[in-house]
Amino acid sequence: MELFFQQLINGLSLGSLYALIAVGYTVVYGIVQLINFAHGEIFMIGAFGAYATWMVLGQPTDWSAPLSILVLLPVMIIGGIIASVTVALLTERLAYRPLRNAPRLAPLISAIGVSVFLQEFVRLFYGRIPGFPDAKSAIPFPVVHGISGEIIQLGGVTIQMSAVFTVGALVVCTVFLWFFVNRTKTGRAMVATSQDPDTARLMGINVDRVIMAAFAVGAGLAAIAGVAHGLSYGNIGFRMGFLAGLKAFTAAVLGGIGNINGAVVGGLVLGVTEAMATTFIPGQFGSSAWKDVWAFVLLILVLVFRPQGLLGAKVVDRA
Amino acid sequence: MSQVASAGHHVDTGTVLLEASHVTMRFGGLTAVNDVSLVVHPGEIFGLIGPNGAGKTTFFNCLTGLYKPTSGEVRFAGELLPPQPRLVVRAGMARTFQNIRLFHNMTALENVMVGMYTRTKTNAIDAVFRLPRHRREEVESTERARELLAFVGLTASADMLSRNLPYGDQRRLEIARALATEPKLLLLDEPTAGMNPQETRQAEDLIFRIRDLGLAVLVIEHDMRFIFNLCDRVCCLVRGEVLVQGSGDVVQNDPRVIEAYIGSPAEELPSTKPATPEPGTEDGEGPADA
Repeated sequence: MELFFQQLINGLSLGSLYALIAVGYTVVYGIVQLINFAHGEIFMIGAFGAYATWMVLGQPTDWSAPLSILVLLPVMIIGGIIASVTVALLTERLAYRPLRNAPRLAPLISAIGVSVFLQEFVRLFYGRIPGFPDAKSAIPFPVVHGISGEIIQLGGVTIQMSAVFTVGALVVCTVFLWFFVNRTKTGRAMVATSQDPDTARLMGINVDRVIMAAFAVGAGLAAIAGVAHGLSYGNIGFRMGFLAGLKAFTAAVLGGIGNINGAVVGGLVLGVTEAMATTFIPGQFGSSAWKDVWAFVLLILVLVFRPQGLLGAKVVDRA
Repeated sequence: MSQVASAGHHVDTGTVLLEASHVTMRFGGLTAVNDVSLVVHPGEIFGLIGPNGAGKTTFFNCLTGLYKPTSGEVRFAGELLPPQPRLVVRAGMARTFQNIRLFHNMTALENVMVGMYTRTKTNAIDAVFRLPRHRREEVESTERARELLAFVGLTASADMLSRNLPYGDQRRLEIARALATEPKLLLLDEPTAGMNPQETRQAEDLIFRIRDLGLAVLVIEHDMRFIFNLCDRVCCLVRGEVLVQGSGDVVQNDPRVIEAYIGSPAEELPSTKPATPEPGTEDGEGPADA
């Protein structure tokens, strides 16, 4: 039973990470019907942006735990958000907007191109900044005292502080998103645009700005996920966005792409499934090497039996 | 050209709200709208009639920036209209659609609040930091949206998803949403299509009340009784061109209008053509497909 709760905690932590990234896929898809394959790289940029912020702060390693949690971490998160939102808006402007009226395959290929570009850019460029480490291999993520490596013991269950941070970030972001979508005019304009862009235009909505808002919101959440990833795994690398992005995309499809609640649910379901599969499936099929297999088996099962996803594609429904 | 019509309301014929001059819209070889000019005054109800395919909706699309006219220009309150829907809305023109285009998965109230987009000032920054300005404006716009729903008679349906509303209510919700953009001119594309006679009468009453708010209304309709009850002036389009334009009486009694709707001898068997058809008795869509 202890093992079950341990894996549940691990799964929720991993799932929260997926969910934070998945929201970016789903929000953008809901509005422009584009699967932004560069979104995983936006997540990676968020982590590197946070790292760069830490460098700019003078690589503080000896700040006390309260100071680290209340000052260092928020500043790093803001730095990461600024980096990934900037990159996301630039890619939207330069790589997607010119293809807005092109066949749907064109922006998709453009997205794959952006993805490769961003990976290589970080790999080749990061170390060229004076004083910055070479990014050709993984870089150790800054230690935030009070979170990095800290654990809480709850009976036989070990909870890492980084997991608390990740799950907490998802909760805060979900509340923020709900408020944004349902209680602000930009959010309402986003929902309206996802349902019928032409009519939204005729109601005076600036659709270009709504699309930028969608990219920015997704990028902001991805940056928070990037920091959470750094805290949980202790290092970051230019390739970290690939698998995380693919998993998060899976989570978005699992929950019903276009549906924000679906992305959150899909992320959590995927994370818990992975964690449980590595423990409770007997024999060699249950080893952690197989966790990706089970994640995608789950995706295939959902797509076969419930193609609209667990919660259905609410936001993109235009019937 | 202009006159004051019935019911003691005031049409300000001295000023021009909408002026379309020589608007032409071609799609390849097809001329959908050909050299159409008309003027709408503040406080006026103006009817646009014509058989199916006459170019009425295309003309609406030219006015609202969905299409850029091939030639000709549209002026609104003296200003040249920008060819972008959202700027047209900002200038003060709002429309409804022939086939209802509500945001299906939003409630009636939310649909109306989307209409207020251009008329509210707070931006995303205010919202993120939950500044009092944002909260105050949210409360105000919710209140205003409820007033608009009450105005069209949908108070009870405010929190229903718009796709679950009865057909007639969806049409009225579209009008409430258009009013939320605070227009000076409301364009209605077949507001009574698919309505029963009682709903049609309610729609008539609603349009009069909108006019009494000081708005001008430009309405496309096939229901002749509805048009001639309602409109100060009427323009009849046939094959993209203006056939006649003038007061309801003038248009109603023009033999060419009757011919356009009932069909000319060349299209119909001459023997079946009624000697003196009465357009006022014809409900629904005109039989003459252009």
